[in-house]
Amino acid sequence: MSEVSRRDVLRNIALSATLGGLSADAAQHVHHAAAEEKKASGVYKPKAFNGHEYRTVGALSEMIIPGAKAAGAAEFIDLLASGNPEFLAIFTGGIAWMDRRVTPNFVDAGKAEQTALLDQIAYRKNDSPELGAGIRFFEWARKMAADAYYTSKAGMEELGYKGNVGMTEFKIPQEAIDWAVKRSPFGG
Amino acid sequence: MAVMQTVRSAKVHDVVVIGSGAGGGTVVQVLAKLGVNVTLIEAGPMLNPAKDFKEHMWPWQVGHRGAGEHAEQYFDRQQWGYFNAPNGYWDIEGEPYTTAPGTEFRWFRSRILGGRTNHYGRISLRFSDYDFKPYSSDGLGTDWPIGYEDLAPYYDKAEAFIGVTGTKEGIQSAPDGVFQPPAAPRVHEILVKKACDKLRIPCIPSRMAIITKPTNGRVACHYCGQCGRGCVTASNYSSSQVQILPAMKTGRVEVIANAMARELITDSRGKVSAVSYIDKATRTEKQIRCRTVVVAASACESARLLLNSKPARHGNGLANGSGVVGKYLTDSVGFGLSGRIPALEGLPRHDSDGFGGMHMYIPWWEFDKKNKAFPRGYHVEIGGGFRMPQVGSFHGSCRRHEGYGAALKTKIKGDYGVTVNLAGRGEMVPNAHTYCEIDPQVVDRFGIPVLRFHYRWSQSEMDQARHMRETFQEIIQTMGGTVLGLANPEREGGGISVGGTIIHELGTVRMGDDPKSSALNRYCQAHEVKNLFVADAAPFVSNPEKNPTLTITALAWRTAEYLAEEMRKGNV
Repeated sequence: MSEVSRRDVLRNIALSATLGGLSADAAQHVHHAAAEEKKASGVYKPKAFNGHEYRTVGALSEMIIPGAKAAGAAEFIDLLASGNPEFLAIFTGGIAWMDRRVTPNFVDAGKAEQTALLDQIAYRKNDSPELGAGIRFFEWARKMAADAYYTSKAGMEELGYKGNVGMTEFKIPQEAIDWAVKRSPFGG
Repeated sequence: MAVMQTVRSAKVHDVVVIGSGAGGGTVVQVLAKLGVNVTLIEAGPMLNPAKDFKEHMWPWQVGHRGAGEHAEQYFDRQQWGYFNAPNGYWDIEGEPYTTAPGTEFRWFRSRILGGRTNHYGRISLRFSDYDFKPYSSDGLGTDWPIGYEDLAPYYDKAEAFIGVTGTKEGIQSAPDGVFQPPAAPRVHEILVKKACDKLRIPCIPSRMAIITKPTNGRVACHYCGQCGRGCVTASNYSSSQVQILPAMKTGRVEVIANAMARELITDSRGKVSAVSYIDKATRTEKQIRCRTVVVAASACESARLLLNSKPARHGNGLANGSGVVGKYLTDSVGFGLSGRIPALEGLPRHDSDGFGGMHMYIPWWEFDKKNKAFPRGYHVEIGGGFRMPQVGSFHGSCRRHEGYGAALKTKIKGDYGVTVNLAGRGEMVPNAHTYCEIDPQVVDRFGIPVLRFHYRWSQSEMDQARHMRETFQEIIQTMGGTVLGLANPEREGGGISVGGTIIHELGTVRMGDDPKSSALNRYCQAHEVKNLFVADAAPFVSNPEKNPTLTITALAWRTAEYLAEEMRKGNV
């Protein structure tokens, strides 16, 4: 079994460790993570969408969750589409559906036109034979934009996720406990 | 076409163990320690935790963020999450199972050293004294041939060895054990506890197979919250890291990986003389000779193996004169609700990772109540906190809030960490409509006949799930919260979990004192085949509202000691 010490692992998590301080197994683990990270960076070339579609996915994601484009939403969605024809069809079909409802097309339309369309398809209450396909597509676009953003560094920072660093002793700040208890029915 | 020849080994192995999960792993560990040579057969590959585990990785470190390169997670095709320990699936390509018309049942199988222990929830609850005597308690089901006092010493040994957190509470439904210090409760768990105090429901530190102080050469937990991904420091229990890999260092353990057991071969005296398995790499059949065999392939796989072992004298399957093999199948009753807790809105951000699981839980509290609305009981698992966001974390928020733009973003941020999930895990009473059998029409890719499942919840379980719903509503409301809805709508949409999805399937090769109504004796030794033992959850006579793994470990420990002693005496 690997002789990984807890301190090694805490350093490992932060990926700031010099590999010399780690056991062979832990070092391998760090290498593994770093290699994956490298693969995820660099200039991305669309594999599934054409230029227009790719631009649309980026702009639409950004309108749904501001910050999603910079967080890699278009790359993320394109990558998944390149590995799954059913998923690709949902997006190419949805984009074509939107493009036929604004001029010259969704991504090049004016802000007001874009917003008017989204205001229709962003709510199930507008469901109708005319809008149904758009509403269904927008649910996909929305959850994909959310996933892209909140699984990114920026999204996690915005939410305030503080974990994945490890602790030597598990402790919750007293101020957090007091904060919640005071606002609960048990606060009195 | 060439006829494949079966490769037979000349060597006679002392003990062949089939399956490397909690049961098989424990048998290997105990026997190796007692100086017995063991050969372990595992249907999946070996495990290399440093390479195979994705602990501490961030979603953005992979292009697909954990959804899978083919977007599997969005289409329910990625069965267990990209970052989790590589351990198995509801569906394995080429290895189907079937269900009878009208049956909904899902069978989670694992094919890797350590099996499901690489990822499981680590919840480690002793069965209570009354759990072993269900028939004596309420006239339903069957009593175990052993009692709590028989297993207690093995619970002690298992807990001391693998490490289980907890506190001495003196609650009859949750017997105390040999405990490691628990982890402090998280904020939402403190609120649940206060609600429970008000409702006079117990809420106590969780009992998890996680070490909080250095134990047996393993370092203590570093509280990263990722037990499900597999732990590179082996600070939680998995049979692979804690039992089998260390036992291999004794030189007494040989592991044959990628070996799918096909059949047990018996000699003229009716004893098992060899194990036939498929070498997956070459798709050839091999046989290894053995003095004794311990079947620990998981409850249903173990039943399947016995039913598929059919020499002339065992028309019903091996060790199955009673006809009980495959019968008495149960899974836990599962039902979960989510609640939104306003007191958690805007909570100052902090690291709440901790264990990969709850720090507090609710043991069953109505065990001595007369005239209950349903037989038996359940415990409650608590979820919540600031978890690492992942693919899917906010699908519920997107669906609830709809819209888009800055407003949606604000609402999602407002949802983060304010949800509490309560999940009930309850006892199902075995019934005649729930069992597995060989499907005569279907074989898997190795030509091995597959299982066909029959599954039906009775009114007792439906009533129990309704009681869960009412209780969880009450707890959420007492916390000042509102119920959001089902925690697992895809699996519990019918008001109760789909059979098999709690992954506590067991009971299919049950033990008992009467060979007419049980396959195994009180030491999990086949009544009819003295050198055949079963060491997973198949021998269980009932499925108490406690996650089965700790009892699998304790029972396997007892079985292994008995086996070693019988070998020493020359009885097997």
